[in-house]
Amino acid sequence: MVDVHLRGITKRFGRTVAVDGIDLDVNDGEFIVLLGPSGCGKTTTLRIIAGLEKPDRGRVFFGNKDVTYLPPRERYVSMVFQSYAVWPHMTVFDNIAFPLKIKGLPKDEIVCKVKWAAELLQIGDLLNRYPHQLSGGQRQRVAVARAIVVEPNVLLMDEPLSNLDALLRVRMRSELKKLQRKIKVTTIYVTHDQVEAMTMGDRIAVMNAGKIMQVGTPEEIYNKPQNIFVAGFVGTPQMNFFDATISISPKEVALDAGDFKISLEPRFTELLKGFEGKSVTVGIRPEHIHPSKYVALSEGRYSLVKGTVDFVEALGSDTIVHVNVGSRILVMKLSGSHHFKLGSDIEIALDLDKLHIFRKDSGKAII
Amino acid sequence: MSMEARPSPVKYLLLRVLIYALVSIAVLWVLTPFAISIMYAFVDPKQYYSKSVIIPALYTLDHVRKLLALGAYSAIINSVIVAVLTIVFSFALGLPAGYAFARYTFRGKDSLKLLIISLRMFPIIVIAVPLVTLYIRIGLSDSPLGVALAHTAMALPFVVLITSSIFAGIPKDLEEAGLIFGLSRAGVFLRITMPLALPGLAAAAIFTFIMSWNEVFIASVLTLTNRTLPAFILTSAMAATDFIKFAASFIMVLPAMIFVFIARKYLITMWGITLR
Repeated sequence: MVDVHLRGITKRFGRTVAVDGIDLDVNDGEFIVLLGPSGCGKTTTLRIIAGLEKPDRGRVFFGNKDVTYLPPRERYVSMVFQSYAVWPHMTVFDNIAFPLKIKGLPKDEIVCKVKWAAELLQIGDLLNRYPHQLSGGQRQRVAVARAIVVEPNVLLMDEPLSNLDALLRVRMRSELKKLQRKIKVTTIYVTHDQVEAMTMGDRIAVMNAGKIMQVGTPEEIYNKPQNIFVAGFVGTPQMNFFDATISISPKEVALDAGDFKISLEPRFTELLKGFEGKSVTVGIRPEHIHPSKYVALSEGRYSLVKGTVDFVEALGSDTIVHVNVGSRILVMKLSGSHHFKLGSDIEIALDLDKLHIFRKDSGKAII
Repeated sequence: MSMEARPSPVKYLLLRVLIYALVSIAVLWVLTPFAISIMYAFVDPKQYYSKSVIIPALYTLDHVRKLLALGAYSAIINSVIVAVLTIVFSFALGLPAGYAFARYTFRGKDSLKLLIISLRMFPIIVIAVPLVTLYIRIGLSDSPLGVALAHTAMALPFVVLITSSIFAGIPKDLEEAGLIFGLSRAGVFLRITMPLALPGLAAAAIFTFIMSWNEVFIASVLTLTNRTLPAFILTSAMAATDFIKFAASFIMVLPAMIFVFIARKYLITMWGITLR
């Protein structure tokens, strides 16, 4: 097990830049998730770490060792493929044993290790079957067993859960995470599913258009997005965004959104200095907006906005309310069931402690 | 015509009868020559010439035995040698090409593919005479090796294209998993790709075998004493009596039939995955 370092990794396919100068440090034994929309370069990054692709520029280090140009088999990594890539001409046992056979381990040791991995993944009774006799979930377990049986330097996973049905996916999520804790292998996990990323990752690297937008713990990613992309990509429903102009007076800082105004406490003056009169993008998550009658209004923590109920999504556990405020819609998320009459007037309170403000030019977070 | 107004069981029945009749005709069309030639290959000569016997009751192995003694035996051996050499040569050359077409993108790939197919445009007759003079000059004429080389040239385009579609049908992930878990590129080809491609490759080998086994023109032109079976039959057996001809045709079709019967069982699927 090692720590992994990427330095300025760039990879082009023809004219498209798949990975654009990525730096990333993965600690020993850490579970890091590469999260991003499809085509953001996360899988290419993983394949470069695996050795299946060579970067056009940049270096890959395992510990102090430069492995950039080593073939995959000399890197001692394991990989779980999106398609599982379980070899159809071998039994489950032979699939799991294959990496060990290549290494030339003695036979009894191979049997012992395969049993250990199979028990861990609860496929001990399937060892004599062929892959086509297995369900998708079982095949996936075989792929994971094969990946951990060699005790790799780094375990790479490329959207391993995306082909499973919803229920199984939830179960495997926690199982994979527990497994990783147990064997303490450095793990790099690629997904486009933010829930997977939030629940499994020790840290998350959010990627977009070949660049890493932010690296941080799930909490940091969620609560302190460093830019508008991360803020918008993580969280459902998506964060509300609206443009506002900043004006600063000795008494207060005001955000003028046209249809409504938000006044912030003077403590924001220092942070927003230099943006006076400028337009910024304001973001607030749906769960940080409440009906004003539900909250104790005190100490200027909330800013009140009047609107009408436009649409209600009742999900049972949550209620998502679309509130029409002037020309824009603000989405509010309440836990539990609530009833709202469509078209009725409503006053909502924005939690100013949870407000995000981004620069309009670069999308970088100011607050 | 009043029947067309309502759905009629009679009409449905008629349609079924018609379909079965057409299928039966098609099957008979193909099978009757087989049945007749096999039957007459073993017929007793007296019954063959008797006007009152249509389906003979007496059979003998004499014709086949006689044919083998006349030179069919060594011709069969020549044919097998030629066919096996053809498979070896065309796969040694065609397999890597097929793999390259399936797995790599390179400049001129499509035009190369077209060029390979276009080689089959030239009628064999056109190249026969130059080939004979060339073979005489380099000492390849009248040898199984020479015929095998000519057959390889004929089979190669087919082998390249069919193997490339077989390899393209094998998911790349399976090979990459091999690379990750400790194999070299060559190791992946031998231990992952080849076993998975085997059913398809076996089919391609069988087709190549049958093509070479049946090929008569080049074989007749290029050989004189070391005839392959079709060449031998064309030049020798056709001058003999009818039932010898039937015996010859029986020997000709036998291997092809055996191969197809064995092959069709496992050509379609193997290990639960379908390979083209």
